[in-house]
Order: sequence, then structure tokens, then C-alpha cells
Amino acid sequence: MTDLASNSAPRQTTERIAASLPRRYARDSRFRYYGLVAIGLALAFLVLLFVSIVSKGYSAFFQTEIRLLIEFDEDRLDPNGTRDPSVLAGADYGGLVKSSLRGLFPEAESRRDRKSLNRLMSSGAGFVLRDMVTNDPSLIGTAQEVWLPAAADIDMLIKGFIDRSKPASERRVNDKQIAWVDALQERDAIERHFNTRFFSAGDSREPELAGIWGAVVGSFYTLLVTILLAFPLGVMTAIYLEEFAPTNRWTDLIEVNINNLAAVPSIVFGLLGLAVFLNFFGLPRSAPLVGGMVLALMTLPTIIIAGRAALKAVPPSIREAALGVGASRLQVVTHHVLPLAMPGILTGAIIGTAQALGESAPLLMIGMVAFIVDVPTGPIDPATVLPVQIYLWADSPERAFVERTSAGIMVLIAFLVAMNLIAVVLRKKFERRW
Amino acid sequence: MPLSILIAVLLTASAFAFYLGRGRAVAVAGGHVRNLHSLPSHYGAYVALWCALPAFGILAFWLVVEPAAIESFVVAGLPPEAANLPPDRLALLLNDIRNLADRGLVAGSGDQTVMAGAEHYLSLQRLGSTALTVIAIVLAMAGVAVGWRFVSPELRARNSVERTITAILVASSTIAIFTTIGIVLSLLFEAARFFNTVPVTEFLFGLEWSPQTAIREDQVGASGKFGAVPIFAGTMLISAIAMTVAVPIGLLSAIYMAEYAAPRVRSVIKPLLEILAGIPTVVYGFFAALTVAPFLRDNGSLLGLDVASESALAAGLVMGIMIVPFVSSISDDVITAVPKSLREGSLGLGATKSETIKKVVLPAALPGIVGGILLAVSRAIGETMIVVMAAGLAANLTANPLQAVTTVTVQIVTLLVGDQEFDSPKTLAAFALGLTLFCVTLVLNVYALFIVRKYREKYD
Amino acid sequence: MAALEMTTPDAAGNRPPKFSTKNVNVFYGEKQALFDVELDIVENQVTSLIGPSGCGKSTYLRCLNRMNDVVEECRVDGSILLDGHNIYDRSVDVVQLRAEVGMVFQKPNPFPKSIFDNVAYGPRIHGLTSNRAELVELVESSLIRAGLYEEVKDRLDNPGTSLSGGQQQRLCIARAIAVQPEVILMDEPCSALDPIATARIEELIDELRENFTIIIVTHSMQQAARVSQRTAFFHLGKLVEVGDTEMIFTTPQDQRTQDYITGRFG
Repeated sequence: MTDLASNSAPRQTTERIAASLPRRYARDSRFRYYGLVAIGLALAFLVLLFVSIVSKGYSAFFQTEIRLLIEFDEDRLDPNGTRDPSVLAGADYGGLVKSSLRGLFPEAESRRDRKSLNRLMSSGAGFVLRDMVTNDPSLIGTAQEVWLPAAADIDMLIKGFIDRSKPASERRVNDKQIAWVDALQERDAIERHFNTRFFSAGDSREPELAGIWGAVVGSFYTLLVTILLAFPLGVMTAIYLEEFAPTNRWTDLIEVNINNLAAVPSIVFGLLGLAVFLNFFGLPRSAPLVGGMVLALMTLPTIIIAGRAALKAVPPSIREAALGVGASRLQVVTHHVLPLAMPGILTGAIIGTAQALGESAPLLMIGMVAFIVDVPTGPIDPATVLPVQIYLWADSPERAFVERTSAGIMVLIAFLVAMNLIAVVLRKKFERRW
Repeated sequence: MPLSILIAVLLTASAFAFYLGRGRAVAVAGGHVRNLHSLPSHYGAYVALWCALPAFGILAFWLVVEPAAIESFVVAGLPPEAANLPPDRLALLLNDIRNLADRGLVAGSGDQTVMAGAEHYLSLQRLGSTALTVIAIVLAMAGVAVGWRFVSPELRARNSVERTITAILVASSTIAIFTTIGIVLSLLFEAARFFNTVPVTEFLFGLEWSPQTAIREDQVGASGKFGAVPIFAGTMLISAIAMTVAVPIGLLSAIYMAEYAAPRVRSVIKPLLEILAGIPTVVYGFFAALTVAPFLRDNGSLLGLDVASESALAAGLVMGIMIVPFVSSISDDVITAVPKSLREGSLGLGATKSETIKKVVLPAALPGIVGGILLAVSRAIGETMIVVMAAGLAANLTANPLQAVTTVTVQIVTLLVGDQEFDSPKTLAAFALGLTLFCVTLVLNVYALFIVRKYREKYD
Repeated sequence: MAALEMTTPDAAGNRPPKFSTKNVNVFYGEKQALFDVELDIVENQVTSLIGPSGCGKSTYLRCLNRMNDVVEECRVDGSILLDGHNIYDRSVDVVQLRAEVGMVFQKPNPFPKSIFDNVAYGPRIHGLTSNRAELVELVESSLIRAGLYEEVKDRLDNPGTSLSGGQQQRLCIARAIAVQPEVILMDEPCSALDPIATARIEELIDELRENFTIIIVTHSMQQAARVSQRTAFFHLGKLVEVGDTEMIFTTPQDQRTQDYITGRFG
């Protein structure tokens, strides 16, 4: 019965293990739970971020406008009757708005009241009338009902961001203004309309006139320069390193360099741009050209790394097959490898460009942070870009700018989502398994 | 001729040269393409390269030297009393001239010297631009002629073209090197000028930072203080807060996704987490400044805590969340790279899943994870927008996360954005800070990449 | 006493089977890897599973300690009884099962820890020892039984990965022994080793037979002939033939077994 002796040890073991099991399984499920909690936290933050931005920003897509009866009085606009465009452009349209308001609310007589009354309208209301008249001078002499933008404070009041119950000294609109607004509301002369100006105007000091279009165009030119520089250079570098480069210390150095550049803080690229492009080469400040160059240097490593991965994924058998029928190495690359790797390279390039679109720190260094009202017309014009515009607006404390900042963020994120979707679709569509 | 049109003209000329060369090749072969050494299109490319390369070469050269060349001519043309000004005054004068010329000449603005200089400047610019156009186009045509003459059935066009293209590929691969050199040189050069006025030791070990140099000599605090220790401490404090948030959340979610989550769950959660990485940092900054910071301040005062409205905590928390996907994706890669055989070895001995993870997988993956965390630290240190928007400007030397501190990147931005007098220690200090930032992140990156690379080799 | 009887040889000298499997079907997603395998494993013997690659012998082996659970889309049907209890029963705890049925893998897979910690891993997670002295004793006795102790006794703190391939595999065996299992499964334990290391492991298997039931998957018919008492031949997911090793190698009943052992395919 030697079996007994040798079997007693395992039996003891079995008991010990059985005794330890509940504790160990508890630990196991606890550990799993920690993982879930971690993911939950991260996702909760994501939701919080989006909810907070959307809830702050959705209202910016609508703008309060007030319907006024405007008399395009010939004496005030074009006293000489010449219809000279420069005279028409320089006329006092703000006066038209003011007199129309006074016609509505004749009870405002004191200087202070009139001032309050005039503050109902945006200072941009006159520009709207100017554009109407210069486009169609036949309006002169007629009276028209026109929807004109309300001032930002009135906009906030209508949108419910100003607490009417607070004492007048603590809110930005006074009691009389509230009364006028209510009167306008009774007449259906104050409404919220879709805010087209936000999508067509450049920056402005007045929140109700500020738009995102200037920044969108600036971003477009900047990214155009970035793509034109970074894509060809990145692809050529990737091809060289993956297909031609011998493995030696020089190639190694380039590789370490690229990996390191990918991790260099973006602001350092801004310093490079400031010292080299602006101060050494004397290129213009605030220009999308320089911004694009800086971002190109920053995006280059991303494109190179993605490009190399895509090239590496093409199986060597295809290269050997082409070499076997007598193609030169360059022909192998251009005829076979590159077309097969292109979807992967493009995906990497789009993701790199999306990163560049969201980047702002290096652009602050090269002066793309200036207050620029005009929409840029070329890559040399001073401009700003979407994320920097957001940064600039975020600095303004008014509620109306907070709203616009959030809306700007939504626009920026919409662009990013679109770009990433394209990348995903591209990857899905051309995904290949060898 | 504007640059863009010149480039378009040259490109068209090159395309034209391609057809010319191809036709020439067919012609010299007497219509029998088989007599040629290479394909006709190779001859086309050969002539096109002859057309494009010299012209674009001179174009690039001119773009690089133009500003310096014009400047030296303008200086030479200045009246002697202006030309002999001390260098810094001369630079100012040149700046005026350039500004005036850029804005277009407006009569009567500026003094006589500047006006004359600006006119000279503009005429030189016009002259240069015309000369460039002429030279480039002549070179392009000469190139076509030369290439065209070289075309013969014996010409090894394919080999020449491929050699040239390979050379271009090699050249483009050196851009990365030049970028690094550019960064290092520009930072070193400007930082060296800074260290001429402020000793390195004061910068690295000084405890007081107030870079506001006075405009007039007799103002209070006329000489700024450039002790960067409070800035370094602030950077470390915020990064530490960020890592305390990012490492546990990132690591635990990576473990969950790599070891527990079903493939379908994983395919949903992973992209969701990656959204966090794709959100522009300016958005995080806005969120930190407008939502998180007021929330912390208000709740802090409920608890009787005095939380600054630009507390390190708010910036650090949000930065930590931003870094989560970074930590989690690297950890995920590293954990999945641990060979299955190790997991099976442990499971085969009767270990539970969590025991296997904690005692076998994580220790095996540790070097890779550490590398990933170091990369994340480097990112936290270099992160700019969140701290610019949510952290303070005052250089407090404190370890209290509820107070406002400032960071290296915040200081670089504040020193360089807005009106700057170049050459003042204040602006140069930004480059000294940039150099420090670059060096620290460089060391972190190189070391981390080295660890990760070694780790990958071990299990590949 | 009932348990004791189960492991006692009956009058005819036939031991009751340690493992008894019936109608085992294994699926990987849509693909069926094993078809109705019916096989009994005798205690304190070495049973070898042979057959051409992809025949299902490793799949079968991995059913015996439910290592297949790790594979997402794997499904096991049929009954696998260990000492009369179905190990796929819901009441069976897989952790406990694997402690009783240890496993040694194809490629030596020491943990990236010291030699000592590798062997101590199992006892530690299962809480088998109550103090350091007991643990040291268990580790040493396991190393001795795995025939590795003399070679490593001076460097127990060195990493397990610093050993040679054969030593690593013996370390893995020691690691399995330290949990004091009843059965040890070996999945081609010598396929990554040189002939000398292989001979050493084969010797070890023979010694271990005294205390453990051993099931070994092997590619080498010579190895099966040398170490095992019983041999089972698998082909295309089916168990073709099982019997005493000598019988299988001298007078196989099935034509396919005959072809395989004479080297016509495989």
C-alpha cells in the first residue's frame, strides 16, 4: 500500500486549494471590476465633455434678430442723388436703425434711455443695411421691414442666459430694455433665426457679429500647405527607408530621429518656426504659409511612420515576383508596392492632417494668434486657424463668447470626425489580408 | 511674376519636356522602340528632369538667400550716417523699412531715410523677382535643350532617371535630420544669447521668476528675475497630477481590454477611448478652464478649502484624462505582446486570471509599460494649450495642488505671444525654457523608445 | 474508503482508469476538430498520443485540464471523467482542476522571474505552504524530482530564462510538480530540444511515472516507444487505435496505424 503515502500529499493539496478558492475568486472579480470602473471613468469624462460643450454651444447656431421698419431715406443716404457707391457705402446706416427704434418706442426720451434703446441692436445692424443698399440701390426712398441682428446681451436674454430675477445692477440688461424686448416679443418682432453669420463672417469684437469662416479659411490654407509639403516628403522618406535604405548606422540615426521627432512637444516646433522661418528667413508673421510649414514638420513623422507600416505590410513575394521578371527596384515600388500600400499611406496622412488641424500651440509662436477680422484670401494673408480662434474666444468672459467658443469647438470636432471617418472608410474598403 | 505662377509655368514646361523627350527617343530609334536601351517614357522623364531640376534648384536657392541679399543691398544703399549705426539700431531701421515696403508705400509716412530705403527695397525686390523668373525659365529651356541632345538609343535613360530619383528620395529622408538640427541650433543659439545676460546657474537654480524687464531704466524691478525653479516645480506638479490620473485609469482599462473584454466589446470601447486622444487640446483647455476649474473652486469652498481658480489640480486632472488613451493604447500593445505561452503556463498551474495577469503578464510587460509611461510623462511636460488656458501665470513655488502654478510651456507662450522686443532677455528666456523642455523630453523619449524597442525585440 | 478502492488495482490487475473519456467532440467555431473520441487513461502510467500534425492529439490533451476554455470559440461535447467526475460539469472549478492536472508545454515557457520564483509560483498562488521554510523545502524537492537541483542549486536567484532549453523545460516540469498534481499533461515537451536534453527529459518522465499519471503528446514514434506504456493513435480528429505501446508498434490492428508507424505518411 505505498499508494496511500504518495496519495496523501495531493489530497491535502486539494483541500487547501479548495479552501483558498472563494477568496481568490473574490479577488479576481474585484480586479475585473477595477478595469470596468477605469473604462467607465474615462468614458464618463468623454460624455461629460461633449454634453458640456453641446449644452453650452448649441444656442450659438441661432441668433436673435429684431424686425424693424427701416425707411431708406434718400436725404440721409444719398443727399446728392448720385448713387455713387462710395457715398452709399459711407452713409450713416446706424442712424436709420436708431430712428426706426425711436419710432417704435417714442417714450424713450432721455439721453440714457435712448442709449439703452440703441443698445438693443447690434452695431452690425447698420452693416446689414449698407450691404442691402449697395447691392440694390433702388431700395432708396422705400420703407422695408428688415430682420436685423440684436445685440449680444439681448440675444442672451432671449436665450434665457440672463436671470431676470436678479437686481438690475447685477445683470447686463436694464429693466427698460427688458420691457422693450417683451413689447417686441408681443408683436412677434423678435425671433431667433439660424445664425448664418456665424458660418460666413470673420472674427469680431462683438460676439453677435463674430463668425468662424475666417478661421475655417485660415485652417484650409494652413492645411493645404501642410499637405503639399508633408505628404510628398513623408511618402518619399518612407519609400526610401523601407525599400532602398541599407541597414547601417546612418539609416538607424534617421529612424531614431523620426521616432523622436514624433514625440517632441509641439510648442518646440513653434519655436523652430519663430527662430528659423520668421527671424532667419524673414517670412511673414501670422501667415498660413508659415503655419503650414511648421505643421508639416510636425506631421512628417506621423506620415513617415504610417507610410512605412503600410509599405511593410505589402508581402515580399510581390516584390520578388516583379524583380523576377526583370523590373528595376524603382519600377517594383512605383508599379506594385506603392499602389498596394496607398490606402494605408493615405489613412496615415489623413490622421496626421487631422492632428495638424487640431494643433494650436506652435501657431501661437508664429503669430497666428492675432485678432484678424478679414477672411484671408491666400496663404500669405494674415490669418488664424480654428483651434486658435477657439483659444481667442475662450479668453473673452462674456456669455455670448462662451457660446460661440463651444459652437466653434463643435465645428472643429465635426471636421475632425469627418476626416477620421474618411480614414476609417478608406481602411475598411481597402483592407487586405495577405 | 508671382511665385505660384512661376512654379506652374515650370511644371508645365517639365510636362512638355517629357513629351518632347519621348518623341525624340522614338525618332532617334527610327520608330523601332526595341532599339532603345530604355522605354520611351524613360527618355521623356530624363528630359523632364533636365528641365525641372536646375530651374527649381535656382528657385529654392533664391528663396533662401533673397531676404539676406536684399537686406545687404539696402544697407549698402543707405546714407552713410544710417549705414554706420550700431547693429541693433540698424536692425530696427531695417524693420521699419521692411514694414513700410510690405504695407505698400504711403507717401509722407516715416522719415526720409526710411522712405528711400523702402523704395530701394521694393525696387530690389522687383528686380530680384524679374531676374529670378528670367533665369529660371532660361535654365528650364536650356535644360530641355541639353537633355534633348543627350537622347540617343545608347543612352541609359532608365538608369539615370532612377539614380536621380533615388537621390531625391535620399534627400527627402534627411529632412527629419535637418528638422532636429534646426530645432537644436535655433534653441541653442537664442538660449546662448540669453545665458550671456543671465548666468546658467541663476536660471537653473534661482528661486524667483519675474521676467518683466522694465521699459525705462528707473522703473521698479528694472532687472527681471530669471530663476526657473518655480516653473520646473509647477511643471512637475501638474505632470504628477496628470500621471496620477492617467496611469491607473489607462493601465486598468488596457488590462481589461486586453485580457477580459470580449472582442466585440473591445471593438467598441477601444475607438471610444481613442476619441479622447483625437480631441484637440484647446478643447480640453476650454473644458478645464470653464467647467472643471469653477467646479473645483466652488466645491472646495463648500468643504472649506481655498482652491485657486486656476488651480494646478484642474489643469492636471484634465491633462490626465487627455493622456489616458495614450497610456492605455501603449499598455494594450505591450500586454498583448506578452506571449500566450506564459499565460498558458500560469493558467495550466491553476492560477486564476487575475493572478496570471498580476504575477506573470504585468511583470513580463513591465519594461514596455514603463517605456509607455515615460512617453506619456514627456507628453504631459510638453502639453501646452491645457495649461495655457487653465493654469496660472504666477510662478509660485508650492506643492499644493489647490494653488495656481505655472509651467514651462505657459511661460514660453506668455513670453512670446503679443508685442515682443526681440533680443530682450524676456523673449530670449523663452528659448532657454524651450531648450530645457526639448532636452528633458528628448532624454525621456530616447530612453523610453529604447526600452520599448528592446522589449519588442524580446518577444518578437 | 471508496476513493481508496478506486485507485486500487482490481483482482485482474487492471487499474480503474484515471481519465475516462466518452464521445468527446471538439469544435472550433464551425470546424470540428475531434470526433467521438473514447479513451481511458490508466493511472501511474505514461500514455502517449501520436499521430500526424493536425490530427487532434493536442486538442484532446488540452481538453483534459480545460485549457481549451481559453480559446474563445472552442466548444467541447461529451464526457471526460477524472476519477469518475465529469470535469466539464458546472460544479467543477477549473482552477482546482488545473492544480490537479498540471501541464508542460511544447516550448519551455519559464516566467520572467528567478528560478526559485518560477517553481514557487504554483505553491504561492494556491497557498500550499504556510511558511518560508516549507516553501523552500517544496521548491527544492520539486527541483530534485525534476532532476534539475544539482545544476541550479547555486543560482536559484538567476532568471529562469537564463537556463538552457532543456533545463528550462525541466524547470517547467518542476514548476508543474510543485503544485503536487495527480496528472501531468505534456504537449510535445521535447520538440524544441536537442537530442541530449531530450534523453534527459525522457529519463525524467520514466522516473515521474511512479508518482504521477502522465499523458504525453509526441511527434516522435521512437519517443513514444521509449517512454510510454500505452499509446493512442489519432488521425484526422479520430482516435484510430489504442493499446499497449508494444502492441501498437509491433502488431497494429488498423491499416492507418500501420502506415503511420512505418512512415508512409505523417
